[in-house]
Amino acid sequence: MSEPFIAVDAVSKRFDPRVSLGDQIAGALGGAVERRYVRAVDGVSLEVAPGEVLGLVGESGCGKSTLGRMIAGILPPTSGAVRVAGKPVMSPGRHPRKQTTRVQMVFQDPYASLDPRMRVGDIVAEGPLVHRLVTKADARAYVANWLTMVGLDAGAAQRYPHQFSGGQRQRIAVARALAMRPDALVCDEPVASLDVSIQAQVLNLFLRLRRELGLTMLFISHHLGVVRHVSDRVAIMYLGRIVEIGGANAIYSNPLHPYTKALLASVPQLQLEDGSDVAFAPIQGELPSPLSPPPGCHFHLRCPFAEARCRVDIPDLRPAGDGRWAACHLFEKIAKTV
Amino acid sequence: MEKAEAASPLGRFCAEFSESRVAVAALAVVVLVIGLAVLAPLFAPQDPYDIGKLVLGDARRPPGFVGAGGYVHWLGTDAQGRDLLSAILYGLRISVQIGVAAGAIAFAVGATLGATAAFMGGRVEILIMRFIDLQLSFPAILLALVLSAILGQGKGQLIAALVAAQYAYFARTAHGAASAERAKDYVVAALSTPMPASRVVFRHILPNCLPPLIVVATVQIANSIALEATLSFLGLGLPVTHPSLGMLIANGFQYMLSGRYWISIYPGVALIVLILAINLVGDQIRDQLNPRLKR
Repeated sequence: MSEPFIAVDAVSKRFDPRVSLGDQIAGALGGAVERRYVRAVDGVSLEVAPGEVLGLVGESGCGKSTLGRMIAGILPPTSGAVRVAGKPVMSPGRHPRKQTTRVQMVFQDPYASLDPRMRVGDIVAEGPLVHRLVTKADARAYVANWLTMVGLDAGAAQRYPHQFSGGQRQRIAVARALAMRPDALVCDEPVASLDVSIQAQVLNLFLRLRRELGLTMLFISHHLGVVRHVSDRVAIMYLGRIVEIGGANAIYSNPLHPYTKALLASVPQLQLEDGSDVAFAPIQGELPSPLSPPPGCHFHLRCPFAEARCRVDIPDLRPAGDGRWAACHLFEKIAKTV
Repeated sequence: MEKAEAASPLGRFCAEFSESRVAVAALAVVVLVIGLAVLAPLFAPQDPYDIGKLVLGDARRPPGFVGAGGYVHWLGTDAQGRDLLSAILYGLRISVQIGVAAGAIAFAVGATLGATAAFMGGRVEILIMRFIDLQLSFPAILLALVLSAILGQGKGQLIAALVAAQYAYFARTAHGAASAERAKDYVVAALSTPMPASRVVFRHILPNCLPPLIVVATVQIANSIALEATLSFLGLGLPVTHPSLGMLIANGFQYMLSGRYWISIYPGVALIVLILAINLVGDQIRDQLNPRLKR
């Protein structure tokens, strides 16, 4: 693999719950105060090559959005580092700030991510003007160019976000991100809040932009079909850790990790190609609380293959050939038995 | 597309506002009173500040009296022989000036403080907001009284006292609204561009906090006019040579029981009409901006 464009190195994010004043006083007086925190992302490392699309899949609450936000420079990691084009995304120190414009983000809900009081043209032009990517005189033509690029009318610049549909709003959000001339986009569930009929249009927009602009993308979704459609490689996340990563086709045709298997089997499919009905198998149990994750492999409580050591040892990501990696003690054994 | 202009937030707001007849009438009164106040020198029969023109023989005359100037004193004269209509017009002028200036400065200071506190979070937020809570626990009138007693008389000092007594209401409101906006994706998006924090606060967060702030502003302008009148009535505030409405009421107060009601009553009526009209406009704006009251 060539030099990675996005390099995530052993990144963790811990959220400390607010300690109440009473507990603070109790703690200062020597009382035992239980401090529980959420490890939303737990020692994740991954790399995205220039021009590659990496899909990131997982259940709600598995930390995929948190990881995306750390890569986009919105949240500082608690430990570890995110580098883009060799440079840290956020400045060090107590009040970290994002120090690159080369990664931009597209948010899930286009009804929340556009300032309702600004005209579309100002929304798209603001960042480039602040960062002097364009002069005030040229801003109008610049905005029109990006609006056309995402499939909107150049006249949209004069209107307000509320005058557009969800799909159109998401196009505006994409235009805003692209107007910063980024090399990489972090897309956090960019089609999840859109109508199914619109989803395909917006996905095709992403594919076309990637082709035309050579964008590197991190595509976060809980929807396996959507991710397969757009990604070169796919990473599967479970409770803050990456459990499997590899080429999209390889993962979908031959999942290694039991969680990936379960996830794929849980997708409701009505018919196989030969016409026979297929029942889908929901994953047993629920996602454990990230406040008190199980020891060992996080998935062992729900895993049909779990053995004694799965309850104790945390499995590392191990190479499985063909550039695939899986974090499971047993994937070779499972592959033989099934 | 041809309705693009009317579809702007402001356009829709004005269309909805014009549906309420009471509010439109109140707004008309406010505009009329402010217009009269600003243009007082054109309408007032007499310059009440020109002591040389005052005739003591005309003092305390009832409404309709024709004085030495040869014109009718429609609302009578006060204890110095001033034409009350002129004095009220000039007094309104001062009251409106001070009310609007104090309201505007308190708005700017309070909104900036509140939004900054909400944006920064942590210790800065705690420090700013606890101080404001502390200040809100005192009645505004008490604070304004103490401050104007310390600062002395004069327009600037009075405005400073009013601002100090009122910015906290704006800060409280701005903080509440900004805390809600702070977490929204469009703010996160702006920060992730990245944009300077000051730009995010002033260009994104504050404009979206405007609706509740405008409601507070209308109420607070009316309040600072009332507060100024109160201070002047109590003898703090402005010098006697430039009587505001509050001072006119105070001057006439001692004659109330002797039947010369007009010296106090007419300035009082003017004050009530102005404050009532501003509050009615404010109520309509509040109703319109409150999504729960949408019909």
